[in-house]
Amino acid sequence: MSADLRRLARPLMTWDAAIIAVTLAFLVVASMTVEHFGTARNAGYIILDLAPILLLALTMTLIVTTGEIDLSVASTVGLTSAAMGVMWNGGMALETIMPVAVLLGAVLGAVNGLFVTGFGLPSLAVTIGTLALYRGLAYVLLGDTAVADWPRLFTGWTLGTIGDGPVPNVLIPMLVLALACGLVLHATPVGRSIYAAGANPIAASRAGIGVGRLKFWLYVASGAMAGLVGVLWTLRYSSARADNAAGLELTVIAVVLLGGVSIFGGKGALPGVLAAVVLLVSVQNALRLAHVSTEALTVVTGTLLIAAVLAPNALGALRTALRRRRTTATGRTA
Amino acid sequence: MKGSKPMNRRRLTLLTTPILAAALLAGCGGTTQGDDDAGGGPAGDASADPNAEYETGLSFAMLPKSVNNPYFDASSTGAEAAATALEGAFEYTGPSDASASSQVSYIDTLSQQATDVILLSANDPNALCSSLEQARAGGSVVVTFDSDVDSSCRDLFVSQVDSDEVGLALLEMAAEQIDATGEIAILSATANATNQNAWIEVMEAELESNPSYADMELVDVVYGDDEDEKSFSETQGLLQAHPDLKAIISPTTVGIAAAARYLSGSEFKGQVALTGLGTPNQMREFVNDGTVTEFALWDPTALGELAAYTGAAAASGIITGAEGEVFTAGDLGEYTVGADGVVTLGPPTRFNADNIDDFDF
Amino acid sequence: MTALAKARTGSAGLDLVLRFRALGLVVALAVLVGVTTALNPRFLSAQSVRDLLFAAAVTLLLACGMTVVVLTRGIDLSVGSVLGLSAYVTGSALSATGMGTALALGLGLAVGAACGALNGVIVYFGRVPPLVATLGTLYVLRGVVYFIAGGTRINASDLPRGFLDFGSGHVLGVPYLFAVSVLVLAAVGVFLGRYRAGRDLYALGSNPEAARLAGVPAGRRLMTAYVLSGALAGLGGVLYAARFGTVDASAGYGMELDVVAAVVVGGVAIFGGAGTALGAGLGALLLTVIDNALPVLRIDQFWQQAIVGALILAAIALDRLVSVRAARALRTKGSHVR
Repeated sequence: MSADLRRLARPLMTWDAAIIAVTLAFLVVASMTVEHFGTARNAGYIILDLAPILLLALTMTLIVTTGEIDLSVASTVGLTSAAMGVMWNGGMALETIMPVAVLLGAVLGAVNGLFVTGFGLPSLAVTIGTLALYRGLAYVLLGDTAVADWPRLFTGWTLGTIGDGPVPNVLIPMLVLALACGLVLHATPVGRSIYAAGANPIAASRAGIGVGRLKFWLYVASGAMAGLVGVLWTLRYSSARADNAAGLELTVIAVVLLGGVSIFGGKGALPGVLAAVVLLVSVQNALRLAHVSTEALTVVTGTLLIAAVLAPNALGALRTALRRRRTTATGRTA
Repeated sequence: MKGSKPMNRRRLTLLTTPILAAALLAGCGGTTQGDDDAGGGPAGDASADPNAEYETGLSFAMLPKSVNNPYFDASSTGAEAAATALEGAFEYTGPSDASASSQVSYIDTLSQQATDVILLSANDPNALCSSLEQARAGGSVVVTFDSDVDSSCRDLFVSQVDSDEVGLALLEMAAEQIDATGEIAILSATANATNQNAWIEVMEAELESNPSYADMELVDVVYGDDEDEKSFSETQGLLQAHPDLKAIISPTTVGIAAAARYLSGSEFKGQVALTGLGTPNQMREFVNDGTVTEFALWDPTALGELAAYTGAAAASGIITGAEGEVFTAGDLGEYTVGADGVVTLGPPTRFNADNIDDFDF
Repeated sequence: MTALAKARTGSAGLDLVLRFRALGLVVALAVLVGVTTALNPRFLSAQSVRDLLFAAAVTLLLACGMTVVVLTRGIDLSVGSVLGLSAYVTGSALSATGMGTALALGLGLAVGAACGALNGVIVYFGRVPPLVATLGTLYVLRGVVYFIAGGTRINASDLPRGFLDFGSGHVLGVPYLFAVSVLVLAAVGVFLGRYRAGRDLYALGSNPEAARLAGVPAGRRLMTAYVLSGALAGLGGVLYAARFGTVDASAGYGMELDVVAAVVVGGVAIFGGAGTALGAGLGALLLTVIDNALPVLRIDQFWQQAIVGALILAAIALDRLVSVRAARALRTKGSHVR
């Protein structure tokens, strides 16, 4: 048990700790150097901007930890948003539309899950296919039109704050879901199965873990989460459009990898991913406030992404080299 | 097999619970379309003082649909010139993708910086509204140009031209080139583009009602989504679907350039007339090689300049956005605010082989 | 079909699948063209065919490069950004110096090869998974294009006459651009099928460990694959500039998806080791034909992306089905012998 704990703690000591430290350091430095950055109002904007990325990153973390990937999440957001527009135009009540949208997301996720686990197809190819398919269907549903007449009661909530204080309403579902995913991944048998499935699927199957079924339900969860983000997105911008969240899948993958989750599965933890989301969005926010051009944002995102994987590799290589030197040194003295 | 049955039932319950809950909620009378009270924007409270001077030292920010777009580059030149003339600070900022959600983040940033005048070309008429309201509540003047938002969310809109004038000018140019006889088609931007749809409506109405266009027939409207490649292949598709096509009208700069490029390399060059809205720099090649006879556009630099002066006039209290107010926009001259807070730049300029080399944008 | 037959993958079962596969693509192409032409005969007019080949040229070229990378179990998501960079750099060089077309092609190749080498170094020496590495360079290189280009645009009137003629010209109804792509396709096909270095890529893709033990120089081969993919994307940038005449910072934006789709539809296994350049080329051609047929058939253009997505899913599902059947057939045959 203690060995287990230590093994669990070791990655936390390295990449996770590093990314959390970097994020905190950045927040402190930016608050002191960038005008308007450290205000409660700006913190509110940052939280609103990171909400969709963070929510999608939660389930993406679980999927990537099993060694799979879901590139279709942003298209699922777009399709649920477009479907919401169609249902709203059709006169359905928003109270019905919202759960149906989440359910639709879950169904779209189940389609991914079926192709990946049922037919045994590579998830990269499957979700590139559904990335195009779902986005295409969104356009088929809503074309290039936007549905914009959402009730203020609901759009106001997504932008509002708790008791008119500085804390945005959307922080509540974010925290609840983050906590839930964190508990599932780090404190339940399901979480252990996820790591096992990612680290060694054959061994996991032999140990009695239903790897296929596990992955299937993770895709369903990912789809449902994307459906929820579709609802939030539509209400936040009071605009249901087929192109909502286009291209967001790349940002989500970027933060998950930046957070220290291995693309090969079996490694990673949620705190690092959460820190990475905060880091990416607040860097973008600070650059905008500091009048730095958009080009820089694109370059920074890409560089961070490569560095996130490159740095631990380089560190690992360095450590191995050091250890080798130390053992040869001790060998010589003995 | 035995064990799976209760499992399935539990799953079914799990899945149906939200639907049932929703149905219950809906049964109690949910929120449907049309239930909402129209939330009007903040009403103008101050009254205009037409004799006031322009304030100096105002901060201007121009937020285009996306940066990296030559059209908005030209607009920013004009706006910057106006800002400099008024001894103000000017910033040109915006997303590299033309999406409403990324514009929201930029508006939030500008309102935090308490920018005096925000000049905006909107990617969505509604998605930006709540951010714009916050910016206006913080004291910023919001002037949209090129592409408007819902009129309750901004102070003024600087329109490039009157919809009627553009529609009529486009039809007139096409008619002149084909002797007002034969099939014509329209290659537009996106299917929900506010500007283009207004112009197309004007053209359709005029074709119906004006006897001098009786021999012209509008056979198709296609959408190139303001994407070069798509516009290119839509032009291709038009010519294949309508062998007797005489003219194409493309009321978008991306569309007309793509269509011209297609025509100039095809057997239809000189056979099918092309006109519409384009920039002289993009179209020069095709006017010189005879693919295109005449096209039109307003001057985007002047548009940006007028937008900046309009914003400054509103920030200085010269105008409030009410109909009939008058202000002077530097060298551009005197302008009157129209209904709904719209200021109109003027009739489009026509470009042909005789004058195209006088323009550089 | 002979080129395909020569491009053996080393396994009789896989060969069978691939041959079946390419045939399936040809049939699908023929049906699509047949139906469209039946509904609108102008679809097969000389002008229309030429338009189609123009449109296919760039995707075809990029699909060749992508095939080489995917064969090694890699992927190159940066091709769209590389194309944009190369198109803008060559375009500016052309408008500044008025240099010849051949030199422009060389410049584009060089820019692309440099980007590809960057990818290769990150993937091999940095041991960064290809998906992550090329996703990163997708961002970085696009940022570089934005940085160089800003809001400017290269217009047709800035480019030398000869270059534009190369872009719009054709010989015997075949556009020069498409001819270039087909030549490249043939060369890549021969490289993959006949040359040691090419065969090594299949080995690396089907079993990297075994390939290494068998003495395949993995580093050199991977570098070759990424440099090739980059160079072809760079060449694609020059063709793009020649075909469109206008280049701005967004050239090639999002194109990686089309290219990956073409390769997957063309039967190249996304986890490496199987597939041919010819298949990928046919995949690219099929997607372009669909693109061009929709407006002619007056099908709502909004369907286009959904159709592409469905096609990808169908293609990989079909591949899976066929390979499972083939494997089962081989196994039964094997047990008989025993």
